[in-house]
Amino acid sequence: MTNQISPLLQSVEFDAEGFMTDPNAWTPEIGSAIAQALGITLTDRHWLVINFARQEFAATGQPPTLRKITKSTPVDTKEIYQLFPGGPAKTAARIAGLGKPTGCI
Amino acid sequence: MKTLLILGAGTGGTMTANQMARHLDPTEWKIIIVDRDENHYYQPGFLFIPFGIYTSGDVIKPKRNFLPPQVEMIFSDIELIEPDENRVRLTRQNRVIHYDYLVIATGTHLVPEETPGMVDGGWRKNVFDFYSVDGATALNRFLKFWKGGRMVVNVVEMPIKCPVAPLEFIFLADWFFHQRGIRDKVEIIFATPLPGAFTKPRASAILGNMLSERQIRLESEFNIMEVDAGNNLIRSYDNREIPYDVLVTVPTNMGADVIERSGMGDELNYVPVNKHTLQSQRWENVWVIGDASNAPTSKAGSVAHFQLEILIENLLRHMEGLDPLPKFDGHANCFIESGFEKGILIDFNYDVEPLPGKFPLPGFGPFSLLKESPVNHWGKMMFRWIYWNVLLKGEEMPFESQMSMAGKWS
Repeated sequence: MTNQISPLLQSVEFDAEGFMTDPNAWTPEIGSAIAQALGITLTDRHWLVINFARQEFAATGQPPTLRKITKSTPVDTKEIYQLFPGGPAKTAARIAGLGKPTGCI
Repeated sequence: MKTLLILGAGTGGTMTANQMARHLDPTEWKIIIVDRDENHYYQPGFLFIPFGIYTSGDVIKPKRNFLPPQVEMIFSDIELIEPDENRVRLTRQNRVIHYDYLVIATGTHLVPEETPGMVDGGWRKNVFDFYSVDGATALNRFLKFWKGGRMVVNVVEMPIKCPVAPLEFIFLADWFFHQRGIRDKVEIIFATPLPGAFTKPRASAILGNMLSERQIRLESEFNIMEVDAGNNLIRSYDNREIPYDVLVTVPTNMGADVIERSGMGDELNYVPVNKHTLQSQRWENVWVIGDASNAPTSKAGSVAHFQLEILIENLLRHMEGLDPLPKFDGHANCFIESGFEKGILIDFNYDVEPLPGKFPLPGFGPFSLLKESPVNHWGKMMFRWIYWNVLLKGEEMPFESQMSMAGKWS
């Protein structure tokens, strides 16, 4: 975490890997604050992904995979790596206040 | 007359047909199995073809040999599955089959076209896969006379069939180049989207050490964007470039096209199931075995085998109006070839990662878990015989379907 941590995050609980422990406690403001702490300034394109991740979690109980995000939103794989550097599915889930995507076996 | 229809006659479908033929009364039930390919492939054997240990003849036999006479085998592509109508359309003679129960066993397939540049220029010249007979055979021809250089092994994305196979390929390649006396002329790099050598932490650490002992470079979290065949390099989304002389790729894996056409799959064409009962999440008379489902366990023959007993019991229960039992625990068991006639065995499930110990008899083995041993290697070599003669027929194996913690050290 390179930037200063917003006071908003001080009352939020995170697990050891930095994922929120309670997805229901999430608000868009908390999402922005997490992003800021990760050095990401959220744009409309980011929100497309974050909102989709929230919807998908509400419907299935799981954060979406990278492929699910790129198949279901206008954001393609190349762009999502620019929006969420590192592991995009993981970073997007973190900002969206969701758990770590189960991903691979 | 009622119909049990099985789509796919690979490991899962063939075992299901054999078992159900024993349980269902032939005066009441007709069992039909459909597959487009007349050959049955012993897929674990593909790994050995590039190194000349097996040839294609060792891994192919006619499908019909492994099915009982009362099962009707149809060789055809599947046009469409219509689960709301309990109906499947085949391409051959436009045949339509109405079913009472459907078991989907259509597996997972390689889709190299998903990666830009993969099938251009270098495909099967200096870009190979080893998850198909053709790819493995072409790679064998290439490696036989290769003078050395840089070999890059790349996993495109997870999940893949048999997730330990890329590591086994690397260990065998290391051994093979030693045997050929050119190991000092070969650089081996493993580029994977995973953060380490494998998916599960304990096994990943041990396997990672085995890579460094063998001077194999691990390039982790490498998500390939494209193959630049003109310049012989692969490029990741975060703009890392790895040049290669030969690229051994594990392409994107996806479920069958017909699953997508029929609107039954997830984003990778895998059928969503209850991961403990193997019943479809949407249609109560549709069940899935093996790689075709989205169950979050390894895509491997051992998993299909552990699912079998639970699938059969649940089908029979459902036919009697009883609820399915949530007994499948994600159990997987893999022999990992490590070269020089040694191997490792790992055993794990949804909740418990691979642990050291002895298997299947606690304290005795003969197999050692998470540890290299010659016995593990011979177990793997014996397995081909067991596969053809015992496993496909759905005979009893000396392993429990559910994972056991006995004899393991946590």
